[in-house]
Amino acid sequence: MSAVFQPIAARPAPVKLEGFVPWVRRNLLSNWRNTLTTVLAGALIIYWAPTIVNWLVLQAIFKPSAEACQAARGVGACWGVVAEKYRLIIFGRYPYEQQWRPEVATLLLLGMLIVSCMRAFWKPWLGAVWVAGLAAFFALMIGGVMGLEVVPTDRWGGLPLTIMLASLSIIFAFPLAILIALGRRSGLPAIRTFCVIYVELIRGVPLISVLFMASFMFPLFMPPGLSIDVLIRVLVGITLFAGAYMAEIVRGGLQAIPKGQIEAAQSLGLSYWQTQRKIVLPQALALVIPGIVNNFIGIFKDTSLVTIVSLYELTGALGLALNSDADWRPFKIEGYLFITAIYFVFCFSMSRYSLWIEKQVNVSKTR
Amino acid sequence: MTEQKQAAEHPAHPGQPIITFDKVNKWYGNNFHVLRDINLKVARGERIVICGPSGSGKSTLIRCINRLEEHQEGHIIVDGTELTDDVKAIEKIRKEVGMVFQQFNLFPHLTVLENLTLSPMWVGKMPKKDAEERAMTQLKRVRIAEQANKYPLQLSGGQQQRVAIARALCLTPKIMLFDEPTSALDPEMIKEVLDVMIELAKGGITMLCVTHEMGFAKAVANRVIFMDQGQIVEENDPHEFFNNPKSDRTKDFLSKILGH
Repeated sequence: MSAVFQPIAARPAPVKLEGFVPWVRRNLLSNWRNTLTTVLAGALIIYWAPTIVNWLVLQAIFKPSAEACQAARGVGACWGVVAEKYRLIIFGRYPYEQQWRPEVATLLLLGMLIVSCMRAFWKPWLGAVWVAGLAAFFALMIGGVMGLEVVPTDRWGGLPLTIMLASLSIIFAFPLAILIALGRRSGLPAIRTFCVIYVELIRGVPLISVLFMASFMFPLFMPPGLSIDVLIRVLVGITLFAGAYMAEIVRGGLQAIPKGQIEAAQSLGLSYWQTQRKIVLPQALALVIPGIVNNFIGIFKDTSLVTIVSLYELTGALGLALNSDADWRPFKIEGYLFITAIYFVFCFSMSRYSLWIEKQVNVSKTR
Repeated sequence: MTEQKQAAEHPAHPGQPIITFDKVNKWYGNNFHVLRDINLKVARGERIVICGPSGSGKSTLIRCINRLEEHQEGHIIVDGTELTDDVKAIEKIRKEVGMVFQQFNLFPHLTVLENLTLSPMWVGKMPKKDAEERAMTQLKRVRIAEQANKYPLQLSGGQQQRVAIARALCLTPKIMLFDEPTSALDPEMIKEVLDVMIELAKGGITMLCVTHEMGFAKAVANRVIFMDQGQIVEENDPHEFFNNPKSDRTKDFLSKILGH
């Protein structure tokens, strides 16, 4: 063992990897194929960008003047349509002077949703807050108390209706989905069969037909004189529909939990419900967060289908605002871009929240 | 506690057996006969090691004691209560029987401390503070108190299994079941788990342990049971069992596991 010490050559200093130029070199120009793609994409952007920026901003008309918009047709966007009609688009047919009510009510609802999204607030009192908050929401929207004028539900519309339908059906569908998913794995054949039939039946029809049935067919079977508000019927319809889809996502999560977890809980004396609540569901739901939020986003956008039963939520309210007005009807595309932006803000927030909460609940997996 | 100690000192005169298997039969599905006419009496404070080839029914046997498996024929009586479909009886027995699994089965979404306090708080209806105190006592007993606030996956296999033992002890069970507790561990971690189990055995608790750790069997067992094809082939005290096996099947098995 008398080997002579032989130094190996020093390794070269690391190449600078941070900053703009190295980033471009690494990501855009790493080989000839990437370089070619970059050049082509760059050329397209340079070719199209001026036209788009021109239309969107530079030549666009921002003031609510129909003549100016007509003059700029094909050259610049007419954002004046939004300036002119935004109250109708956002609030639908809700009486004009009373529109502060849906505004306050919706802010209240959004506030509660945001608070409920934070883990620090997942406490028993949150349920009480929701009961009180929803009571306040409906009192404001319906009126008839504290001197507020009564507004029937068929006058509700626009963004408040979209948010209300989406959040309530999510809130009711989620626990329903958990129960149905547990039911499909139940040892009791009657419960299992019922859950299977429910899921397969609802999944087998489009949401539109569920809404149609809730709105038009259901009243036919009610005893005369007894009627349930169309809003509630539609809400129940969306909830049942969303619940069936979500139940299958939750079931996927339940199946991923190893049997040993349940056996360990049983050996510690935990009852069925304690085992589900403390051991199985926390792990199963954490696994399926992406799928569930996917579903939430779907529900949010599916609410636009309630137009079919004459409830004018955001999309419906846009049609309401523009279809009957010959001056502004040509500028529907700008209106659609406007509500697209609104939909995007909500859906993108949900998707970001999903990533955040995923990290939060997966702390135990980081070593 | 004193009762248990006395039992440990006089294993030959235990009085009423704490576990009785009376002609127990069990099938998986319609044709796999996994337990055949099992008769077994376990005295209070007795420490039994069960061994045998895989598929011989040894895990199934101990899993019947806390009803993780149902038997179809015969009677199993645990501390005076017969195991039937009666949920109340099952609940009562599960409170008295702790179990340690091959794969640890710790709850990965809960911290070590939460794993230990779960059952005392939700099954034993104990206030959180008392449950945590008890959990820390048990964690100290398995020498792992400093890991209380970590998550199970942040621990080594040996540490996880010691946490699992502590978790089972938090219900102050009269009986402890071990289902191949060291089979999933790296060789160097086996000792730390066995040390804890030996210490536990000295405390006088009734123990049934499925294991192939023959050193452990020699050190702590009052009785070794050898199973094959769902039957108890041979039972004896460890000295006789290892030095003087009666059946050929036992001899064959021992030559395989002690052969090298």
